[in-house]
Amino acid sequence: MNSKTFIKSYCHIKNNAVSLNGTLLYHGEKEEFFSDFIKSAYKNLDTNYAKFFKMDNLSKLAFLGADVLLKHENVQPEKQENIALVFSNNASSLDTDRKYQESIEDKESFYPSPAVFVYTLPNICMGEISIKHKLYSENSFFIFEDFNPEYLHAYSSGLMEENKAEKVLCGWVNIDKEDYTAFLYLVTKEEGSISHTIKEINSRF
Amino acid sequence: MVALKDELKNKIIEQLNLEDVSVDEIADNDPLFGEGLGLDSIDALELIVMLDKDYGIKLSDPKEGKKIFESIETMATYITENSPK
Amino acid sequence: MEKGVAITGMGIISAIGNNVEENYNSLISCNKGISRISKIDTIHKDAIMVGEINFTNQELEEQLGLSPDNNYSRTALLGVVAAKQAIEDAGIIDISEHKTGLISATSVGGMDMTEKFYYDYLETSEHRKYIKGHHAGDSTQKIAEELGIQESLVTTISTACSSAANAIMYGARLIKSGKLDRVVVGGMDCLSKFTINGFKTLMILSDTHNTPFDENRKGLNLGEAAAFLVLESDVLVAKENKKVLAYVKGYGNANDAFHQTASSENGDGATLAMEKALKVANLQAKDIDYINAHGTATGNNDLSEGRAIIRVFKDNIPNFSSTKPYTGHTLAAAGGVEAVYSVLALQNNVIFPNLNFKTPMKEFSITPQTELKQTELNTVLSNSLGFGGNCSTLIFSK
Repeated sequence: MNSKTFIKSYCHIKNNAVSLNGTLLYHGEKEEFFSDFIKSAYKNLDTNYAKFFKMDNLSKLAFLGADVLLKHENVQPEKQENIALVFSNNASSLDTDRKYQESIEDKESFYPSPAVFVYTLPNICMGEISIKHKLYSENSFFIFEDFNPEYLHAYSSGLMEENKAEKVLCGWVNIDKEDYTAFLYLVTKEEGSISHTIKEINSRF
Repeated sequence: MVALKDELKNKIIEQLNLEDVSVDEIADNDPLFGEGLGLDSIDALELIVMLDKDYGIKLSDPKEGKKIFESIETMATYITENSPK
Repeated sequence: MEKGVAITGMGIISAIGNNVEENYNSLISCNKGISRISKIDTIHKDAIMVGEINFTNQELEEQLGLSPDNNYSRTALLGVVAAKQAIEDAGIIDISEHKTGLISATSVGGMDMTEKFYYDYLETSEHRKYIKGHHAGDSTQKIAEELGIQESLVTTISTACSSAANAIMYGARLIKSGKLDRVVVGGMDCLSKFTINGFKTLMILSDTHNTPFDENRKGLNLGEAAAFLVLESDVLVAKENKKVLAYVKGYGNANDAFHQTASSENGDGATLAMEKALKVANLQAKDIDYINAHGTATGNNDLSEGRAIIRVFKDNIPNFSSTKPYTGHTLAAAGGVEAVYSVLALQNNVIFPNLNFKTPMKEFSITPQTELKQTELNTVLSNSLGFGGNCSTLIFSK
């Protein structure tokens, strides 16, 4: 089928910096911990969503990346656009699983936290994005060894060809302790300068 | 009782990750859920854990929490009356 | 009219049986698999009931002929058992003869071993082999190896309690679009302290048998299970003259966009998922003969899902029931387990009862089917609603 799709915008959060379409938006301190970096990034980027501070690290990472991108694209909750979310990573929700696991291993002080437990699934971060932007659309979260542009390309192209989604917010959000990367991109049918091809996705990762 | 209320305010801010909220901004009778501090059902469960961990009070039915967690005032009263510590 | 994607094999292991036949017999004889927990030493053992599979890990390892130095988690053991049954049921001898994929779902992964040996790992090397088995993808990989499926066509889906339903949906799409000739789809999860304690802190575990859609429901029972289906293209079915058990006719996934774990008051996500699935199936609400509901028996789910069913089916509510009183809530496997039950319902023209139901809910007038009912069934709809607002609906037909 020849329904051409394009990468409308893309966003990176890595090495303590947030960038949109290759342009740096915010840069934190070099040696900063992730938790401090993401908090100051949130403040600098005018995110204004108090629930952010209740999220786990994976959700903070995914949420902030998506928020920057969707705001730039002027996605408004009132419109309830049909934007599917197709995310992937290799650590699943390990970062939070570990935190929660520690809370149930300590026999002396056995107080598992409900607020931590709810984040012990990778797809919760997509729920957070859906809540903020009122996206009632399809979600999938895949676990891969490495970033897999072929797979994401095939899956999101399929969703658009079958008219299951108008647009697809796609990418990789991974965090394990201080090691993290977010790369999200929005696939649309709107004619643009970047074709939605495996090569273009890969060169931007 | 005043000390307990301050303690509760600090704990709520700290444990429920209420960024940008200070102790002075929470009045004793402010509603904690909905309009007030905007806490949600997961926060309610965290408060139930807090009652158990810090004050030795076990709730078995989350519905009981509704009345207890109405405000700092109601929480402090409940803890004073029920804590074995 | 298009028939949908053919199901040619099924495999299952759950608290009510170690294969399809045993599961069916338990379903029609109202044998529940819910009991006190025996295989995990948890401080909550007297406060909860679970749907536990009888076999020990060692017994499962022996059945599969694994060497003693294997690093299988219980999740992987269950998954391989069910997937092998499905392949056998589909009469597949040489799997590499056709392009065959595997989409498998889990939320627990190898957590059972991790929590058992977490501190041992630091002390001794004896159990460190299980670290590699922690990963959610590891159980998928093991099934692929055991079945002889090429690694390039294998993936793992993790979207909480709708995982297996999403695996089935994705597999059906791959067949429909011609990307694969054949695909093994389903899910698996074992019981673990991790999930027991987590659901306990959310205060949604019942201390007795779960009672879906009952006014006095107290929460869910966790369960463990694995269930897989084999889906095949029409071309392959025709070429090999395959027996078709049923068809995957429709599917839909939507986000509830409401809360991390709770469902919205009026079941927005579930409503959208059911509507999407009906659209894909090219069916009207009135065409559905039976709904296998998600029905976990938590206060929140049953109210939200019940309202969603009313929104979609209006005055014409089909018979519905939840089979969770038999198996418990098997998390990532639930969509697979209930897909097998939906196909069994179609094959035998029987609606399985919603056990343990006594009192109608005060919020609405709909009540589940509580007796085993023989009736002609042509289409069955199955819901799987997950944390993260991830809602999925599958429609099966003859």
